[in-house]
Order: sequence, then structure tokens, then C-alpha cells
Amino acid sequence: MAKLNINGTVREVSAEADTPLLWVIREHVGLTGTKYGCGVAQCGACSVHLNGEVQRSCQLPLGAIKESDVIVTIEGLSPNASHPVQKAWAAVDVPQCGYCQSGQIMAAAALLKNNPKPSDKDIDEAMTNICRCGTYQRIREAVHVAAGVGTTGRGG
Amino acid sequence: MSATNFEENTTLSRRSFIVGSAALAGGGLALGLNVPFAEEAQAQGAQAATEVNLWVAIKPDDTCVIRMARSEMGQGTITGLAQLVAEELECDWSKVTTEGITPGRNLASKRAWGEMGTGGSRGIRTSHDYVRRGGAAARLMLLQAAADQLNVPVGELTVSNGVITHASSKRSLRYGEVAAAAAKVTPPDAKSITLKDPKDWKIAGKPLKRLDTADKLDGSKIFAIDLKLPGMLCAAVKDCPVFGGKLKSYDESKIAGMPGVKKVVKVKDTGVAVVADTWWRAKKALDALPIVWDEGENASKSSATIAEMLKEGLEATTTNGERKNGDALKAITEAPKKVEAVYSTPFLSHATMEMMNCTVKLSADRADAWVPTQNLEASLAALSEASGIPLDKCEVHRHDLGGGFGRRGGTQDYVHQAVEIAKAFPDTPVKLIWSREEDQAHDFYRPISQCKLSAGLDAQGNLVGLHVRVSGQSINAMLNPKGIVEGKDMRQLQGYYDTPGDAQLGYDVPNLLIEYVMRNSHVPVGPWRGVNTNQNAVYMECFMEEVARAAGKDSLEFRRALMKEHPKHLAVLNAAAEKAGWGKPLPAGVHRGLAQFMGYGSYSAAVAEVSVSPQGKLKVHRIVIAVNSGHAVNPGQIEAQVQGSVAYGLTATLYGEMPVDKGRMTSLNFDSYEIMRLAEMPKVGVAIVPTYDFWGGIGEPTICVVAPSVLNAIQAATGKPVRSLPLKNVKLV
Repeated sequence: MAKLNINGTVREVSAEADTPLLWVIREHVGLTGTKYGCGVAQCGACSVHLNGEVQRSCQLPLGAIKESDVIVTIEGLSPNASHPVQKAWAAVDVPQCGYCQSGQIMAAAALLKNNPKPSDKDIDEAMTNICRCGTYQRIREAVHVAAGVGTTGRGG
Repeated sequence: MSATNFEENTTLSRRSFIVGSAALAGGGLALGLNVPFAEEAQAQGAQAATEVNLWVAIKPDDTCVIRMARSEMGQGTITGLAQLVAEELECDWSKVTTEGITPGRNLASKRAWGEMGTGGSRGIRTSHDYVRRGGAAARLMLLQAAADQLNVPVGELTVSNGVITHASSKRSLRYGEVAAAAAKVTPPDAKSITLKDPKDWKIAGKPLKRLDTADKLDGSKIFAIDLKLPGMLCAAVKDCPVFGGKLKSYDESKIAGMPGVKKVVKVKDTGVAVVADTWWRAKKALDALPIVWDEGENASKSSATIAEMLKEGLEATTTNGERKNGDALKAITEAPKKVEAVYSTPFLSHATMEMMNCTVKLSADRADAWVPTQNLEASLAALSEASGIPLDKCEVHRHDLGGGFGRRGGTQDYVHQAVEIAKAFPDTPVKLIWSREEDQAHDFYRPISQCKLSAGLDAQGNLVGLHVRVSGQSINAMLNPKGIVEGKDMRQLQGYYDTPGDAQLGYDVPNLLIEYVMRNSHVPVGPWRGVNTNQNAVYMECFMEEVARAAGKDSLEFRRALMKEHPKHLAVLNAAAEKAGWGKPLPAGVHRGLAQFMGYGSYSAAVAEVSVSPQGKLKVHRIVIAVNSGHAVNPGQIEAQVQGSVAYGLTATLYGEMPVDKGRMTSLNFDSYEIMRLAEMPKVGVAIVPTYDFWGGIGEPTICVVAPSVLNAIQAATGKPVRSLPLKNVKLV
């Protein structure tokens, strides 16, 4: 049994130590907003926050996670989709199919926590998740919109 | 020949649907038919919606539930269709929700909701008429019910935002108040209803936000891959990596005792699956399972052998489809100036973000599937066929797709696999998920081709003869042999047709010969967003650039001279050129290229602005795209689709290729099959220029002009044409 602090709740999970955190979250904890897209840390669909930093959870084995680590998934980013990034995503009508957007939103939230007013270049460097529908232009716009909303309550 | 015949009407091939489709062909959808409403709605008690007709159900609180037959995969069709219904219904847009019809329900209603397939960019263009009539008929029934209740002539009533008003008596009724009575009104003859002029649209034609965004922001949207059912097991699968090969043996003892593993299942004679309590455990055990494949004769095939086969087709004597006027070969031979080039484009995978998956539960007399699909009825047919359970005992439960791009239409290979695996676990839902590697290894790829083009110019630089020969793989040969008539497969010449309407070539050349030579490899192929317009636009539009330069003429003026008889093509080209400022000065080092083409009933043109560094590094700064889709149901979503087509098309241009080695695909994940990221996304300018005299598609049409406009801008920058894709393999300077 491993103990994981996910979205503010400590949960006991029974999974092999080499199970990627992605699959622990999806299949043992039952939170499916975090997506499987490649399994090799290329696409970012599995992005979560680990101690406030964005991480690709498909490459984090359960055995490497400590009970003191704070994990936040898309479901725990905010109550009622109220995080400025989520509000900006709605305002800009970003998602198309939506599959990658949990990861995009988690990446954007982490960017803005560290850099409340990112430049286009900052966004280029931080937002490296794949979107096959091609929502990149609206993602860029929405990150700027979120940056204009204010900085309180941001992060995860 | 009408190009529409070659589009994705092929997917509903399973025998049982043939009879049902006749009802659709008549076009007389039973708009007024009352279909027994779903049990779940009944269970909602007081807030249950009353079905006014097939397309509209209304709750007492005025919520308008608009029914959907088509699939949503990000393209925005659901929002657009709801706008069209709501426009005629005259309801309050803020109270609109949507409900997806399942294929079993459609079948039980004699396909009252019509065709469900969502491919070929036809979600709106082939259903706009009957869904608008459905909305209008519901409005008339609601009005009649109100007239009856108020005891006034219906002609004295007006309606706005779902509120019916009798002005002289200052009385009004809400839709929610009369829906139950409206459901009992004799439906009007839908065909006799006069639909609104688009000039009067208030909901349709507006850039409204999508209806399906909220649950994509907080992780609560359940894609099929996310499904959880009581007692569910999960399966991981490997099919023989060499197409056409078979499973020889596997050593189950090597994974005995691995956690969670329930069973190893042979999947037909080509694959093997491990079923476990979680997918990760299934995948881990599958990766540990020693498997021996009988790779067969295709193991000797490679990109090089396939290229040789295509090259031979460029000179072959027998062709498989052509159009011609005049004598192109003679005109080119006699012309004072000749241009010749050979182009090539590779296989591409779709790489939907949500990989192929399907959950199946089989019982003795019942089969259920949960699957992301572009063709719900094809999924239902596959479920029935693979399980042997009659169609009326089968159901496919709807999930929006995590990307489609043509991969999830007619093939349904993953449904067949999931059923085979589920047979080993009666009464137990089994969720099959492909790994990304399996998804890359077993796609139905965008077909590979080469193209040889020759042109003759007269002394004044006018194009007097053009010969285009495409040698490549046929989608119809793989998926729809009936589409090949007497050895001719015109679908591969999409965008080169002489007939107007769907994918017409926008140029008149006095002597023209366009030929297709079918050369099929062992690699499965299928429709890929934009299908054959992608390759054909690269060939035609990049070669036009070469010819214009050889003639010493401006790229835009050279094209315009050939487009006098194609005013719609020309208008869109002009719109793109104007918005991009064609001919106006650019920053130092930035160069423009343009392209125009037609597909899916819509006209597209693009102007790309690029720079190429002295080291040969490309930057795409901006792409301006103009599109005439006839009507523009939601300009905001059209803009999103155009932006998306730039990302999908530019990824293919920069990086996309699926090489073949030892008979199998070798780029099995995003480390080798690179996808363009945000940093490389150019600014996209969109000019939407509808002419309101036809209905064209939007999901696919604009992608085909992306690659050629960029390649032509590169030629403007370097002076050298680029004749093969992707660019990552090309040295630009």
C-alpha cells in the first residue's frame, strides 16, 4: 500500500511500484481527467502538478512518489472550473475535441504560477504539449487572457 | 463525374443496413414521427422533456433538447447543427442542450434520424436541410398548440426566444408550457415549410461559443477510453507488426502470476491480447509475453521497394482514371518551353490523441459497445457481425471522440478486435485500449504517391499543355472496391475533377491530361483529414509555382489567367491575396507563397509567409486562408477549424512520414513521429467569404492549401522548388 496525497486527499493505493503515476491516477484512484497520450513523456496529455511543478505523470513511477508529495490533477485544480486558466479557456473557446486540454490547462496553470505575465516566447517554451486538433493559437490567446485576470488563488 | 460519389458514403457497407438506407435516400425523413422517448428521460419525472418531433424535445423549464445523429470529434458540428435547428425553432439559445441519438435507437426507428456517418466534412452540409425543417416544424406545432390554448388564429401569434405572444390580448406562453400539447398537434408537411433566408439568421451564422466546452475544462468529460463499468476488465493487444502477417505462437508461461492478469486471448489469427484487471497491468504483461510472428512475404517490403513500385507507375502504359481535353502530350512536345518535375508524398498516420479503444460487453442475446466512432452505424454493424448477435439486440453507446481525422470511420477494426476479446469473458465488459505504439503500427494511413508533371509554355509564357500523372495507392482498393468502376478510381484524382460541385480543378488549360495509376502496397490506407486533396494540391499548386516562375510571371497573375471560367475559385484566391497583402512589401527575408484548391464542396486559398535562414532553418510566420463554404453556420468555429487545419497540415509538411522497414511501420511514437508544437504555430488569418448559394464542408477543405502555400513560399525564398515531403528530410539551402 502506498499513500498518495492527490487533490488534498491522502489515498491508499495498491499498485506495483513501477506503475506510472498516470495509471495509478486513472485506474486505482479513478480520476480520468488525466489522459494517456503517448506514455513516453512526449505529448503532455498526462500533465499533473507535483509539488506545484508540472510533470508528465506517465514517466513518474509510483515508487518514486513520497507521501509528502502533493499531487494535483485537473479535477483538483479548482472548484467549479474557477481557476483563471479554466475561465480563460472557456472565454476563448479553446477546446476542440478536448482530449489534450486537461494537460494543456495544467501546463498553463504551472506557467502562470511561476510567471504571471508570460511573453509569447515564454509561452512557446512552456507550452510544449501536443494538440492534434490544432488549438495552439487559441491556447496562446487564452494564456494571455488568464494572465490578465489576476494572480490570486493561482496554482495548485 | 460527380466527386461526391467517391466520398465517405462507403462506410455503411454491412448488409443489414442496406434496406434501412433506402428510407434515407428518399429524403422524406419522418419529421413528425413520434419515437418512444428514452427511458432515462422518463425517469427524470417532472423535468422530463416532451418530444415535439425527432429533432426537438422541450422540458417544462423551456430547456430545448436538440437531437444529434452526427458524431462530435472536436470539429464543432454539434454546435453548428444545434444553431440551425434553434434558428428555425426560434428558441432561447441559452436554454439549448443537445442529446445524441444512438444507432440502435435510429435503427429501431427505421433510421428516422437519417445518416449518422461523420466524415467527408458532411456533418452539416448533408443534413442542414432536414434539421432546419425539423426545427421549423416544431416551431409551427408549438405555435398551433398556443393558438389552440389561447383560442386565437395562429396567424396572430409571434414568437421570439421561445416565448409565443398574442400582441392584441397581451398574452404570452412559453415553449415549456405548450410543449406537451404541441406534441399532439398534427405535424406540418416539412417539405412545404419555407426556411429562413440566411440574411435573417439570428443564431445561425453567428460566432457563438461551443455548447460542449464545460466538461473539457475540469476533467469530467468521459471519453470512451475513460469508461468505468462494474466488473470491467481491460485488454492490451498486439497485432502482427508486418501487415498481412500472422500470429505463430506465444509463451503464456512466461507471464504466469503477473499481477492482475486474467487471460491471454488469441485475436483472430493475427494478434494476441492480454486481459487484466487494469490496462497498465495488461500492457505490462503483454510487453513481457514472448510472441512469435509468422511475418510472411511482406517482411521484405520497405519504403525503398514501395518507392520503386510507384516510380514504375509514372511510366506505365495502363492507367486507372483520367480526365483530358485537347492533346496535352502533343502540345507539350511542341511547346517552345517545357517544365517537368516529379513530386512525392509519404504515408501518414492519423495519431488521434485518444488512441483506438472500444469496450464490449457480450451476453447470450445482447451486445453492447462503447466506442469513439465517426460512424455509429458502422460500429453497430461491426458489433453485430463480429458477435453474431442480431442488430436489434446490439447497441453502441455514444462517446465524443478524442480526435477522428478519418481514422474512425468505416474500418471499425478495433470494434472487431474488442468483440473477439470480449467473447472470452461473457457478461463482462472488456475495455480494449491500443497503446500509442499499436495505434501507430496499425493505422489506415494516408496513401503514399508520386506525381510526374509536365507543362508546355508558348513564347508568351502562356500554359498551353499540362500533363499530370499520379502513381499511388488507392483508398477504394483497400476499403471500397465498388468505388473502382471498370478499373477506374477517380477518387484518387480528388480536386482535379472537371465537374463543378465538390472538388473541381480551378484551372482551364487548353490541352490537359490528368491520369491516375494505381499502385497498391501491402500497407493499409484510408481517409486522412482532407484525403486526396492534400497530395493532389501539393502536386498541382507547387508545380504551378514552378511553371509560373519558368514563364517569368507573378504567381497570382499566372493563376488568374487560367481561372476566368472559375469565378468562385478565383474569388477565394483573390480574397486570400487581398487579406495577405499580396504584392505589398514584406520585412526583409520574409517571402510569400500561395495556393488554391477545392474539396468537400468548398473553395480554399492560402498565402503563407516564411523565412529561411542562411543555415536553412524555416520559420512560418503567418498563413492567411480564405474559404467559401457557401454558408457559414458558425464563423467562430470555422476559424477554429481553419486554425486546426493549419496545425494538422503543417505538422505533415514539416515532420510527417511513416517509413516502412521489414514490412512494418517504424515510427511508433511521438519521439520519431514528430508533431508540431505551439512554438511553431504561425499566426493564422482567416477570411470567411460565403456566397450563400451552396453548402460546403469545413472540417477538411482548408488543410490542402497549407502545404503548397508554405512550399511555394520556400521556393520564393530560396529559388528552389521542394518536391518531396516532409521538410525535415529536405535541405533548404
